[in-house]
Amino acid sequence: MSAFAAVRIPSPVLVGARSAGEKPCAPFVSCPAGHGLHRTHVRSTRLGRPLLAVSSDVLSGQKSLGSNSSPSHHAVVSREEALVLYEDMVLGRVFEDMCAQMYYRGKMFGFVHLYNGQEAVSTGFIKLLETRDSVVSTYRDHVHALSKGVPARAVMAELFGKATGCCRGQGGSMHMFSAPHNLLGGFAFIGEGIPVATGAAFSSKYRHEVLKESNPNGLDVTVAFFGDGTCNNGQFFECLNMAQLWKLPIVFVVENNLWAIGMSHLRATSDPEIWKKGPAFGMPGVHVDGMDVLKVREVAVEAIGRARSGEGPTLVECETYRFRGHSLADPDELRKPDEKAHYAARDPIITLKKYILENSLASETELKAIEKKIDELIEDSVEFADSSPPPPRSQLLENVFADPKGFGIGPDGKYRCEDPKFTEGTAQV
Amino acid sequence: MLGVVRRKLGFGLLSATRVLPAGSVLPKKYSTAAKEITVREALNTALDEEMSADPKVFLMGEEVGEYQGAYKISKGLLEKYGPDRVLDTPITEAGFTGIGVGAAYYGLRPVVEFMTFNFSMQAIDHIINSAAKSNYMSAGQISVPIVFRGPNGAAAGVGAQHSQCYAAWYAHVPGLKVLSPYSSEDARGLLKAAIRDPDPVVFLENELLYGESFPVSAEVLDSSFCLPIGKAKIEREGKHVTVTAFSKMVGYALQAAEILSKEGISAEVINLRSIRPLDRATINASVRKTNRLVTVEEGFPQHGVGAEICMSVMEESFEYLDAPVERIAGADVPMPYAANLERMAVPQVDDIVRAAKRACYRSVSMAAAA
Repeated sequence: MSAFAAVRIPSPVLVGARSAGEKPCAPFVSCPAGHGLHRTHVRSTRLGRPLLAVSSDVLSGQKSLGSNSSPSHHAVVSREEALVLYEDMVLGRVFEDMCAQMYYRGKMFGFVHLYNGQEAVSTGFIKLLETRDSVVSTYRDHVHALSKGVPARAVMAELFGKATGCCRGQGGSMHMFSAPHNLLGGFAFIGEGIPVATGAAFSSKYRHEVLKESNPNGLDVTVAFFGDGTCNNGQFFECLNMAQLWKLPIVFVVENNLWAIGMSHLRATSDPEIWKKGPAFGMPGVHVDGMDVLKVREVAVEAIGRARSGEGPTLVECETYRFRGHSLADPDELRKPDEKAHYAARDPIITLKKYILENSLASETELKAIEKKIDELIEDSVEFADSSPPPPRSQLLENVFADPKGFGIGPDGKYRCEDPKFTEGTAQV
Repeated sequence: MLGVVRRKLGFGLLSATRVLPAGSVLPKKYSTAAKEITVREALNTALDEEMSADPKVFLMGEEVGEYQGAYKISKGLLEKYGPDRVLDTPITEAGFTGIGVGAAYYGLRPVVEFMTFNFSMQAIDHIINSAAKSNYMSAGQISVPIVFRGPNGAAAGVGAQHSQCYAAWYAHVPGLKVLSPYSSEDARGLLKAAIRDPDPVVFLENELLYGESFPVSAEVLDSSFCLPIGKAKIEREGKHVTVTAFSKMVGYALQAAEILSKEGISAEVINLRSIRPLDRATINASVRKTNRLVTVEEGFPQHGVGAEICMSVMEESFEYLDAPVERIAGADVPMPYAANLERMAVPQVDDIVRAAKRACYRSVSMAAAA
């Protein structure tokens, strides 16, 4: 959108991964995997039509599994898988709602960015990962942390700034790190996580090829989450280039919620179809309905599978929406109510619940039991965080360096420089 | 609470006659019924007036237009000047800073807003290499009349990546002018001066000061009001110890001076206003009068503004010093998130009071172990 034009150019049509009536095909229609440069399969993007929403055709119009529609229209999920997905999304939603409450009560402070509405993306991807796989996120990272396995208590305590948080209160909402869960942050600067994720994928490939540490199940995969605003940043393009050049095991997941604080994606981007930027660098680019966890999961299976087998990166654009403002300090005045209402009707949790019930994968009581369990878990995490001590004064100067004086760590696990014999020159080194 | 204290101090200043540093444009006396405006309004009106006076001035940055400014500094400007002069940019600091510098090469006068100066690190190549060094590299053919502005330093609970103070970083570079206002009068006068200046200016504001009100005289509200770049202001006169500070720390220093005056120590508070060029004349004149110096800053201690001031005083006024220079700075750690740790990582009024007493040999020094 030209800043110098007085006329608003109507936005191009955003088309879903598959629209009703189209012949069912593999998710990666934009580019066959494994080939070099190729022409993108152009779905018509005609200017002049207003922005259309793509409705989830897994759940609307379809009656049950085994119907006459093609099975590749949605992932076949077992009961266990469906319940895992449901529980994870409910965990994310209830946690974020509790964060909002705690913020307004003054227990949380600073910048807090909530993930309400986007749960399908986090759950759809992260629940397919193993512990050895890494996740890199932005400041909107609470739910990514929870999906990756960081306990709700640790995340809540971190948000309260307590010593029992996952980063001992030193990171905060925007900087969630967890080495045991391979959650590599939590970055406040948008675009900053993408090169870091690319580096993690590089180290995975390096360990496999140079250090010969192979896992029979394939490479460790990295999933990088970032937003639509980030896709205009130079670092994004630089990493797309290098990831494809070196065939790194990474999945770039764009959580396109159409807004960067108050800047609409269409006002900031010359070509708003982000998935197209993948093929420009030689990797597959997919657009998927990010409000439908089953569709996201289906795409994720392929993308993660590609990465794990060493075929290289994928760019996945998930059309999603955040129900709340950019952060809890955002008055959220620029988004139109009908847009919000439209996406609220496509709430991923409600959609999955409907699917589960319609396909008799679980009963209403079981789902309610899950919700109750999550409520109790979150209440417990708040109590835990509340009763945890704040960090002690001595913690202020800790952790600046891993090895402050540079003399290394001795055999007993303590810093050598703290051993008095060391400074006298009589210690066994 | 802070505002009440400030109002009291403000009125105290207004009714006393002061000896003004040479070159100041301030009148000698204000009427005590002065109007009060917030720093936010001061910046907004300064931008507004400069944009209306010169059509080459334009504003670009993230959320400056429809969102009315991430901190509402550019409120109303989009309606008044249109999208051609108030540009909402995508999230591309390196890109839009470079575009601003290029526009400045060709005679336009961009004001580039960073949502916080932490994000300027993504664009620092353009600020230093394209903007600061161009006049020198082109032997004076290309001057870059650009202003980079935005909040700098710590806010409240925003974590390590949003809280760094960049005064020392930018003041290190020849070719840049670095300003840091404290009050509304500083904000208005210095921003106008920065926009009119033909060189690149880094304008470091402070998010927590945006909502603070300060009394301003009628002269400050006039649209041709301007403060000189490179002149510090003596906010409070004193005899026993000089305290230099900039931005939010000036408020803390003034509070500390109030506390010290009750104990018989009269502190002279200097509001630096301009970090580069540093007003060495004013600082040295003050040290020659009081013989003791405490420098206060919010940023990291090593290679900070205080280090430079100390060296300047040693070079020029060594014989006048009766005590070692005390340096108060933020803790030498990335800013922690937890509220109690954050309070410890930023200088507080007590730290300034204790340092002043140490400089006056009123208490025993306790070196903080790192």
